[in-house]
Amino acid sequence: MDILVVLEDKNGNIHRMSQEAITGAQQIGSEFSLSIGILAMGVNANALAEQAAQFDVEDVLTLENEHVSNYTADGYGAAVAQVVTNENPTYVFFGHSYQVRDYVPRVSAKLKRPFLNDVVSYSAEGGKPVFSKQVLNAKLVAELQPSNGGPILISFQSAAFSSDNIQNGSANVRSVSVDLDSSAIKTIPEDPFQEEAGGVDLSSAELIVSVGRGIGKEENIPLAQELAKAIGAEIASSRPVVDSGWLPSHHQVGSSGQTVAPKLYLALGISGAIQHVVGMKGSKNIVVINKDPDAPLFELADYGIVGDVLEIIPKLTEALQA
Amino acid sequence: MKICILVKHVPGSEAQFSVSPDGSWIQETGLPFEMNESDNYAIEEALQIREKMGEGEVVVVSLGPDRCQKVIREALAKGADRAIHIKEDTPYNTDPYSIATALANTIKDEGFDLVLSGLQSDDLGFGQAGVILGEILGMTTATLVVGTEIQDGKIKVKRELESGWFQWQTMELPASLAIQSGLNQPRYPSLKGIMGAKKKEIKEASFRDVCDVDGLQAFNGLSVQRAEKQTEMIEGTVDQVVTKLVDVFKNEIRIN
Ligand SMILES: Cc1cc2nc3c(=O)[nH]c(=O)nc-3n(C[C@H](O)[C@H](O)[C@H](O)COP(=O)(O)OP(=O)(O)OC[C@H]3O[C@@H](n4cnc5c(N)ncnc54)[C@H](O)[C@@H]3O)c2cc1C
Ligand SMILES: Nc1ncnc2c1ncn2[C@@H]1O[C@H](COP(=O)(O)O)[C@@H](O)[C@H]1O
Repeated sequence: MDILVVLEDKNGNIHRMSQEAITGAQQIGSEFSLSIGILAMGVNANALAEQAAQFDVEDVLTLENEHVSNYTADGYGAAVAQVVTNENPTYVFFGHSYQVRDYVPRVSAKLKRPFLNDVVSYSAEGGKPVFSKQVLNAKLVAELQPSNGGPILISFQSAAFSSDNIQNGSANVRSVSVDLDSSAIKTIPEDPFQEEAGGVDLSSAELIVSVGRGIGKEENIPLAQELAKAIGAEIASSRPVVDSGWLPSHHQVGSSGQTVAPKLYLALGISGAIQHVVGMKGSKNIVVINKDPDAPLFELADYGIVGDVLEIIPKLTEALQA
Repeated sequence: MKICILVKHVPGSEAQFSVSPDGSWIQETGLPFEMNESDNYAIEEALQIREKMGEGEVVVVSLGPDRCQKVIREALAKGADRAIHIKEDTPYNTDPYSIATALANTIKDEGFDLVLSGLQSDDLGFGQAGVILGEILGMTTATLVVGTEIQDGKIKVKRELESGWFQWQTMELPASLAIQSGLNQPRYPSLKGIMGAKKKEIKEASFRDVCDVDGLQAFNGLSVQRAEKQTEMIEGTVDQVVTKLVDVFKNEIRIN
């Protein structure tokens, strides 16, 4: 096969970002005539393989091995490196999930092959796909040049492809094996857990006022809270606001926090990093206030204001209270 | 406990960028540079581990041009014991594998128990240097680390998973951990620390001497991001902007 997509298990289902990677493989595969295989591994390998076999791809590979039942970076790094060596695809696709961040650099180092991470798009050049990623706080896009040969490891940013476009079909399923020694696993994981929820369920909020680092300091948070109160909105925030202890963690929107889809998302001093955007891009009306006209969040905004939040918020609150 | 921290000097998040004439990198002159955000948390975690253990050494390592002495001094002022600066003259290295190899070769004989790096660099966003270095040096690795506990010669780390989930894992030492922001409150250097830092050792190495591999990837041109959505920009004085925004809230978005 030419493209191998490595699946991630989400409680017995294919992780959303792996589905997006399959969609990407199908699009790139049909454009450049490349065949596709999918690798399912871990404790739910068979369930995942069954789901994957219904997509329009050539092969589905299942890998069962006691050392990869549960995820560890050592186990997955070694196992995926072996499968890639044995199958020798030109490309290996992943979703740019937290798990992929954790172990794929190890695969890259083992194989001495490039890991093009967090890719947002591709274009055709010389009969081959060329991949691009965002750099410098998402203000620029870099075209990536991998060293010659294969395999090339590539992870796609969330929503680089829409899994709504995934093509159904039927695939051959076959099992593959790897040779792993228990001494290679030096990590013992415990069960995942959720920290106590904070009471605010932002996912059902109609109106959200969200503060970013641009609010400046903890003492300015009440300005945003008063504005929120004036229109009956919930308060949300970006990660640095939580990291700095200005708001409790359950207010955080983004890949590590909550996903929201309100009628109004008013972003105050938020730059628009992808990890924030994935949590709020489904909002119906996005209003952005930022003093930097190049802030990436303006690209998602329905309404934008280039200005100082500290000047605008108090007056806006006053006007809305009137 | 011997701890290595990897710190990188990167353009600040509010910097305005322009692409260099040959398209390979940005024009650096006049840009504000600072400590990579998550590296601040890695430094703090290293200092806290040393304080908790009551012994140990914290060594800061940075690879880059002369300007990155600034972040080295900052880490020393906060309490790191000594530093290694790997000097690089090329305008910019955009290959995580050769960066990690240079860092690994530089520290391989030091016998570190722990290497702490930031989760990802804010300029290149690879999230790879610390993990590749760990793989090269035969260490255990973990990323998205939001808590650490040293226990009976091993380290237990709390990792962040997606959407508000977490997981603890116990790892053998030596370990290379990529630290996520927010796990501690980074300290500011004290005046005494700043004065004391001047006397601390900064060893120099050259990238060419410590990197014995070819790069695996490079940037083949940078361009400005293009807009996805039609944004209606609201312009004017603060009062005008506020009046228009209230109108948008009430009549376009219909907030109530
Ligand atoms: C694995 C991973 C997971 C992450 N998870 C999340 C997550 O769940 N949620 C999240 O939000 N982030 C997350 N992040 C962090 C994310 O990458 C960004 O660092 C973060 O979103 C930036 O927050 P910010 O926009 O508030 O701050 P910055 O990027 O620092 O932006 C501040 C903005 O405020 C503007 N500004 C400054 N002063 C003013 C003023 N007076 N008036 C108007 N504007 C002003 C600036 O121009 C700038 O655009 C994650 C990162 C990683 C690597
Ligand atoms: N040039 C460098 N010098 C020192 N540390 C670095 C360098 N590049 C990356 N790192 C470390 O590796 C982390 C991840 O960087 P990256 O792989 O570029 O995303 C950073 O947060 C630093 O801790």
